[in-house]
Amino acid sequence: MTTTAHEMSTIPTVPTGAPGERLPIVASGPDSFGWWGMWGLIATEAMLFGSLLASYFYLRFRTGAGGWPPDGIHKPELVLPLVMSAILWSSSIPVHIADRAIRRGNQGLLRVGLLAGFLLGAIFLGMQLLVEYPKILTEFHPTTNAYGSLFFTITGFHGFHVVVGLLISLWTQMRARQGAFDEHRHVTVQNFAMYWHFVDVVWVLVLFTVYLSPHF
Amino acid sequence: MATVTTEPLEALEQSWYEPPGLISWFTTVDHKRIGMKYLVTALAFFVFGGIESLIMRAQLGGPELHLISPEAYNQLFSMHGVTMMFLFAMPVLSGFGNFFVPLMVGTRDMAFPRLNAFGYWVFLAAGIFLYSAFLIGRAPDAGWFAYTPLSDGKFSPGINIDFYALGLIFTAISSTGGAINFIVTILKMRAPGMSINRIPIFVWGELAMSLAIVFALPPLTVACTLLELQRRFGFHFFDSGKGGDPLLWQHLFWIFGHPEVYIIVLPALGVVSAIIPTFVRRRMVGYTWIVVAEMATALIGFGVWTHHMFVTGLPQVALSFVSLVSFMITIPSGVQIFAWVATLIAGRPVLRTPLLFVIGFILVFVLGGLSGVMFAAIPFDAQVHDSYFVVAHFHYVMVGAVIFPLFGALYYWLPKMTGKLMSERWGKASFWTIFVGFNLAFFPMHIAGILGQPRRTYTYQAGLGWTAPNLISTVGSFLLGAGILITFVNWVWSLRRGPEAPNDPWGGDTLEWATTSPPPEYNFAAVPTVRSLEPVWDQPELRDGAQPADQGGRALVGGHLTLSTSMLDGTPRAVIPMPHATAWPLVATAGLLFGFWGVVFGAWLLGGAGALLFAAGMIGWHWPKGETQEG
Ligand code: HEM
Repeated sequence: MTTTAHEMSTIPTVPTGAPGERLPIVASGPDSFGWWGMWGLIATEAMLFGSLLASYFYLRFRTGAGGWPPDGIHKPELVLPLVMSAILWSSSIPVHIADRAIRRGNQGLLRVGLLAGFLLGAIFLGMQLLVEYPKILTEFHPTTNAYGSLFFTITGFHGFHVVVGLLISLWTQMRARQGAFDEHRHVTVQNFAMYWHFVDVVWVLVLFTVYLSPHF
Repeated sequence: MATVTTEPLEALEQSWYEPPGLISWFTTVDHKRIGMKYLVTALAFFVFGGIESLIMRAQLGGPELHLISPEAYNQLFSMHGVTMMFLFAMPVLSGFGNFFVPLMVGTRDMAFPRLNAFGYWVFLAAGIFLYSAFLIGRAPDAGWFAYTPLSDGKFSPGINIDFYALGLIFTAISSTGGAINFIVTILKMRAPGMSINRIPIFVWGELAMSLAIVFALPPLTVACTLLELQRRFGFHFFDSGKGGDPLLWQHLFWIFGHPEVYIIVLPALGVVSAIIPTFVRRRMVGYTWIVVAEMATALIGFGVWTHHMFVTGLPQVALSFVSLVSFMITIPSGVQIFAWVATLIAGRPVLRTPLLFVIGFILVFVLGGLSGVMFAAIPFDAQVHDSYFVVAHFHYVMVGAVIFPLFGALYYWLPKMTGKLMSERWGKASFWTIFVGFNLAFFPMHIAGILGQPRRTYTYQAGLGWTAPNLISTVGSFLLGAGILITFVNWVWSLRRGPEAPNDPWGGDTLEWATTSPPPEYNFAAVPTVRSLEPVWDQPELRDGAQPADQGGRALVGGHLTLSTSMLDGTPRAVIPMPHATAWPLVATAGLLFGFWGVVFGAWLLGGAGALLFAAGMIGWHWPKGETQEG
């Protein structure tokens, strides 16, 4: 049903003033401005994370001669972070499905996908705040030493991005309920999905830097 | 569906109507009015920074003067540097960019008009935030690059540096938003037919600047965030006792700091390439080479950061690499200078005020470049490091590369912006005063530096040979200030008495001259089709109003509409409805300002209120109003 609807609905157009020319009045992907704007945001955010992670390695190689982590702090335990990672990464799948679904005009799948992505992201955040941090805090704090500062700043900065992503998700879900999106109009969904995938990809680097690299 | 009326102009007037009056200046999203606000605000900060420098020069006018206290002097040079870099030089070119990029690429607004408004308000709020520190006598006082450990909580316990760190994060929000806006506008909104080999050089300059901002500003933002975390919450990034390292600050700062120089200089070079062809009546020699050189400058800039740290003891191999890169960067600058000089020689220069400023710029820039090459030789750097030689060098580069093109641009473009012509007589008087004053102010600093005068000295003793150069420099500074004042008076005079400016007072080649002075809200009665790098020279139909539909003009009526075109060849792809005037970006900015004040004073209630206000502003901003494609 949805596919035939797709084939039948034509994209709305308006005249431009050039003789006989009509152009779409809706745009997504590279024809929209928002898509490019989101790439710009991602580029600059990537540099923010890059600078933070570079600072981590810089301090490690400048000051970590006596062992890393310093001051007798244990190497990070990996089981919980890996479980959290799996949950976070898997959240990209429903978001991707939602993004694809609305391009075919499938409202139901859009909402389900967005909701599932939201829940997985929220679980990740909950585990970080309620399980992982309390556990770490029994051993060191942000103010214990530079290692502690780095650990909490980097993971916290990423967590902040998850929070922002969840807020954008809520907004997108609200707009989806209002019926704002269809097979032609969905830049918001597209942009949210790009942002969300970015936050997930960055977590690969954060995980590697903060959790895995101290083991080498 | 939109109807094409028989009266396209009336329809456009209606869709793009901007109410007159003061209030609309607070809600406008028109790129031209925002550009004007940027320009005037940045020039106001220029005046503040200038007054600060004149107070310093007065203090240094003779040996052992005590006009102000040493603490005040520290605040003055720090705020002078911060103001000039972040509140003047960067935004002033965003001002011209905002006004002229959409006009030059032949579209009707910037890609994200509300973000544009927000960017302006945030810039203003960041300026207010930084200057509020002066009101309580606690302005930043650790220099414009605030090296740790001097700037950490142990050695700078006051809240001065908190204003610095938070203020720079604040300005970064504005610059980043603006940069993304420029990039999308330039890539996606160019008039049909404006393929990438027809983009005006000024627009390339803004693009290179914006790319550099997107990639180079984050390290500074991170540095300031880490510093503030350390100062306010006791983190330890720069604290060598606790596993941190003060040098981290220097690295992060200069990864940003060197591209920063190009962020400021690139669009100014673009101004030069915009002015020269008009006044020599000939197209630029070597368009492609200039564009490549500009983009290369933006790229190489990243590799050069450590040359600021030759004396911090980096490994020798790394040092010679960086030295090489510093030499290399003079090549792209050299290419541009050759292209300008070649164009000047090949054409018939008409020495009007804008061109005078451009020639003044070329002379000054060559001198500044020469002393720059001298730095790149490591042994010399070690000799004059942190002396007045450095102050002289970067003022030759910065003042030379910003003030001269900027004033050229004022004379060139203000008639388009205000619709009034300025006086040539006073323009030339202003140029000569600035040129003489500038060289008197800054050339003697080279000598004082070689004689050993350190920078950031509050005063000095007689008999070191520094007295004469300092006196000359002070006199020159005031002369320079007078020259600048002449132009401002000329501007105000032109608003009252100046003759009306025609569409194209200079015979320019780019699209801003193909519309009225000042342009209507919708910029062009018909979005033009472009068939040349110099459309206004080569397409006579553009000179008198709307391009007729059979020559490619698109009236694009029936709403607040712009075209989205393809990135490489400018083929029309879609019509994009744009948002209307709104006060929400202003509300969100007010929230940010209270939030930042909350943090700096540790007034968490105020900070929380600010955060709520910011959230309200964001929601109001994005709330669907039936203006954009998703409602
Ligand atoms: C308009 C005339 C100007 C005058 C008379 C002037 C004068 C000065 C003086 C006297 C100093 C202090 C030197 C010291 O004690 O170490 C200084 C520092 C500085 N100036 Fe200017 N300046 C001018 C314009 C500019 C402009 C346009 C810029 C940038 C675009 C600029 C950027 C700086 C910077 C970055 C510093 C270093 C501050 C620091 O040491 O942290 N100046 N200037």
